[in-house]
Amino acid sequence: MIDFELTKKDQEILDEIRRQALVAREHARYYDENEHEFPPDKLPEADDFPHAHGLFAGREEGKDTSVGIMSMLLAAGETWGDYSVRMRRGSGGLGNAALRAAGTPEQQAKWGDMTLAMAITEPGCGSDPSKVQMTAVLDGDEWVLNGEKIFVTTGCRAGGVIVWATIDKSAGRAGIKSFLVEKETPGFIVAHKEKKLGIRADDTAAYVFQDCRIPRENLLGLNEEIPKASSGGFRGVMKTFNMTRPGVAAIGLGISQAALDFTRDQLAEAGIEIEYGASLQGQSAVVDKFCRLEALQEASMLTVMRAAWLAGEGKINNDEASICKAKGGSAVREITQGCIDILGPMGVSREHLLEKWFRDVRITDIYEGTGQIQRMIIARSLFDYTRAELN
Amino acid sequence: MISFGPTEEQELVRDTLREFANEEIRKPARECDEASEIPTAFLDKVWEMGLTTTQIPAEYGGGGEARSPIMNAIALEELAYGDVTLAAAALAPSLSAMTILDHGTDEQKKTYLPAYCGDKWVAGSLALVEPSPAFDALNLRTLAEPKGDNFTLTGTKTFVPFGDRADHFIVVARNAQDGFAGLEAFIVPRDAKGLRISENEKNMGLRGLATSRLELEKVEVSAANRLGGEKGIDGRRLINSSRVATGAALVGLSRAVLEYVVPYAKEREAFDQAIAQKQAIAFMCADMKIEVESMRWLVWKAASQLEQSLDATRSAHHAHIYTTDHAVTIADNGIQVLGGHGFIREHPVEMWYRNAQSLAVLEGTFAL
Repeated sequence: MIDFELTKKDQEILDEIRRQALVAREHARYYDENEHEFPPDKLPEADDFPHAHGLFAGREEGKDTSVGIMSMLLAAGETWGDYSVRMRRGSGGLGNAALRAAGTPEQQAKWGDMTLAMAITEPGCGSDPSKVQMTAVLDGDEWVLNGEKIFVTTGCRAGGVIVWATIDKSAGRAGIKSFLVEKETPGFIVAHKEKKLGIRADDTAAYVFQDCRIPRENLLGLNEEIPKASSGGFRGVMKTFNMTRPGVAAIGLGISQAALDFTRDQLAEAGIEIEYGASLQGQSAVVDKFCRLEALQEASMLTVMRAAWLAGEGKINNDEASICKAKGGSAVREITQGCIDILGPMGVSREHLLEKWFRDVRITDIYEGTGQIQRMIIARSLFDYTRAELN
Repeated sequence: MISFGPTEEQELVRDTLREFANEEIRKPARECDEASEIPTAFLDKVWEMGLTTTQIPAEYGGGGEARSPIMNAIALEELAYGDVTLAAAALAPSLSAMTILDHGTDEQKKTYLPAYCGDKWVAGSLALVEPSPAFDALNLRTLAEPKGDNFTLTGTKTFVPFGDRADHFIVVARNAQDGFAGLEAFIVPRDAKGLRISENEKNMGLRGLATSRLELEKVEVSAANRLGGEKGIDGRRLINSSRVATGAALVGLSRAVLEYVVPYAKEREAFDQAIAQKQAIAFMCADMKIEVESMRWLVWKAASQLEQSLDATRSAHHAHIYTTDHAVTIADNGIQVLGGHGFIREHPVEMWYRNAQSLAVLEGTFAL
C-alpha cells in the first residue's frame, strides 16, 4: 500500500538517532577547525546511548518501515548532527560493499570484519575509472602493485583497501581488477590526509604503492582472466553503487535538512513563521523561497527512499540509484545556498554551522559518481544506448 | 509504514488507463485543441470507465468503493499523460461530485450525487479562481455575506469549467474570516438570480475545455445550499485536493513530454549523430526523467495524506509549487529538444507547453 507515514516505532528510532546526532553536532566545529585531528571512533557520551542496531529490535517486518528505507533515514539522521563526527564510527567502508558484491566466500570470511576503503581515483583519472594507470603484475605467487591513488575515503583509518589496478593496459576496462591490500604491507604508503573544502574531519587519504607485493589470492573474486567483451566484470563492480548511491544522497540530505531546520528556527526568532497554503501572491518572498527549498528537500529524499524501496523489493534499481544521487547532489547545494541567501550575513559567519554545512554538502555531487556521470547513466537507459553510443 | 507499493487494483487501473490514454486520448487531443471543443461521444466513452461513479456510495447510486485520492492521483496521471485537457473535461463531474461527497451534508449528497451516477457524462463545475491579478485562494474577493438565514454572493469567477452547460456550480467564496477558515462553498444553480454566465472564454491553454466567467451580483443562496450546512466546508481539504490533483495531472503531462522527445532525439540527426548522443540534449532528457519521478512521489505523499484524512496542507503545498515549476520547465525543454519543430503545431509539445503554463496558475480544475 502506498503510504508515507512513519510508524510509532520508526519515529522512536529516528528521534533517538537525532538525539545522538545533536551530541555529535557539539563537536562539529572543533574538528572542522582542527583538520589534522581525527574525531575519536567513539565519543565519551556514546556509552550512555543505545546503539542504532539495538533500536531496530522490536520492529515488525511488514508493519514498520523496511530496513532499506530506514537505513536511508538513519544515514540522514546521523549527518543531520554532523557529517564526520559520529557518536560511534561504524566499521564498514565502501570497500566492504565491494567485498560483499564481488569477493569469494573465503575472501568475505577473511576480511569481512576489517574496515575496507576503496581506492579507484588516481591523480590522472576520476570519473573514467577505465583509465586506471596503477599496474598489477603477477610475479610467481604474488601480485606486484605500482601506482598512486587519491581521494580515498576512510583511507587513513581503514585496516585495508580494495584497489583498482590494471593487469593489462592494452585490454582497457577489461584489464582492470580489484585487489585487496592490507595496511602495513611493505610498499603500501599512506602519503597524507587531504585538506578539503568541507567534511574536513573525515579522513580522505592519498596512497602510494611502490613494488607492493600481495598474495595471489588477494585478487577480489579470484578471476585472473581478461574477458573479451569489456562489460561483465566491470559492471559487476559498478553494481556496488546501487545501494551506496542512495546512501550518499541521504547523507547529503541529512545536512541540508539541518540547514533548513536552522533557517526555520532563525526566521521564527525574527518573527517570520512559515505557513503553508497561501499562493505566491499571499506570502513573502522569504517564506516562498523557504517553502520551495523545503519541497526540493522532500522530493529528493523521496527519490532516495524510492530507490531503497525498490532494492528491498528485490527489484532492479540502477536508474533510480542514479536518479536519487543526481537529484540529491544538486538539491543539497541549492538548499544550503538558498538558506544562506535567506539568512544573509549570519549564514556565512563561522559562529554558526550553516556555512560549514554549505561546504560539507558540496562533495555530494562529486563522489560516488558526479551528477554528470549519473545523468549519463540515466540518459543511456532512457535512450537504450551503450557506453559507446553516449559518452 | 513508508511504502511505494501500489495495490494490485491500482496497478490494474494504471495499466488500463495508460493503454486507453495511448489509444484513445492522445489522438483526438490536437483536434480538440484546435476546435476548442471536445466531442460528447469522447466524454461518454471515458465515463463508461466509471472513474467518478465508483467512489460514490451505493446509497446514492454509485459503486460504493472507498474514496481514494491515491487511486485518483494514479488515474489522473495516466489520463493527463494522454492529454491534460481531455482529462480535465472527462473528470469535470468529479469537481462537483467529490466536493459534495467530501464536504456536503447528507441532504446535499442525496440531492446532487445521484446525477453523477448515470450512464452518461454530466458536466460538473467548481468556480474557484478569479480574474483579478494576485489571485490567492486564501484571500478570495468573492464574498459570502449572511442575509437572514441565507447568504448573498458577490464577485467574479473565471476559468469555470463547463459554464456553458453545468446544471449548477460550486462557488467558493470568503466569509468574514481569514485563511482556510474563511473559505465557504455554495451550490449555485445556473439560473440563480444575479448570476451572469459569459460566453466561452478564449484561453491560451486547455483550449478544448469550455470555461466561462461567472459574475455574481448579490446572488442569494439558501442556507440549504451552503455546502456542509452550518459547519461549512473543510477549506484545507478543498484547496489541498485541488492542488494535489493539479500536481498529478502535471506529472502525466510531463511524462508525455519526456516520452515524446526521447524517440525524437534518437531519430533526429545533427552533425552526423543522433542529437540524443550529445550530452547537451541527453542531460536535458535525463533531468526530465529525474523530475518526473520527483514530482510523482511528492504528489503521492500528499495524496496518501488526503486518503488517510491527515492534514495534507504542507505536502500539498510542496507538491503544488514543485510540480507547477517543473512541469513548465519540462515542457519548455521539450520544445527546445525539438528545436523549430517544437514551435510548430504539427507536434503536440507546444500544446503541452501552453497547457503546463496554464495549469501552473490555475486551481480548481481538478479534484482528487
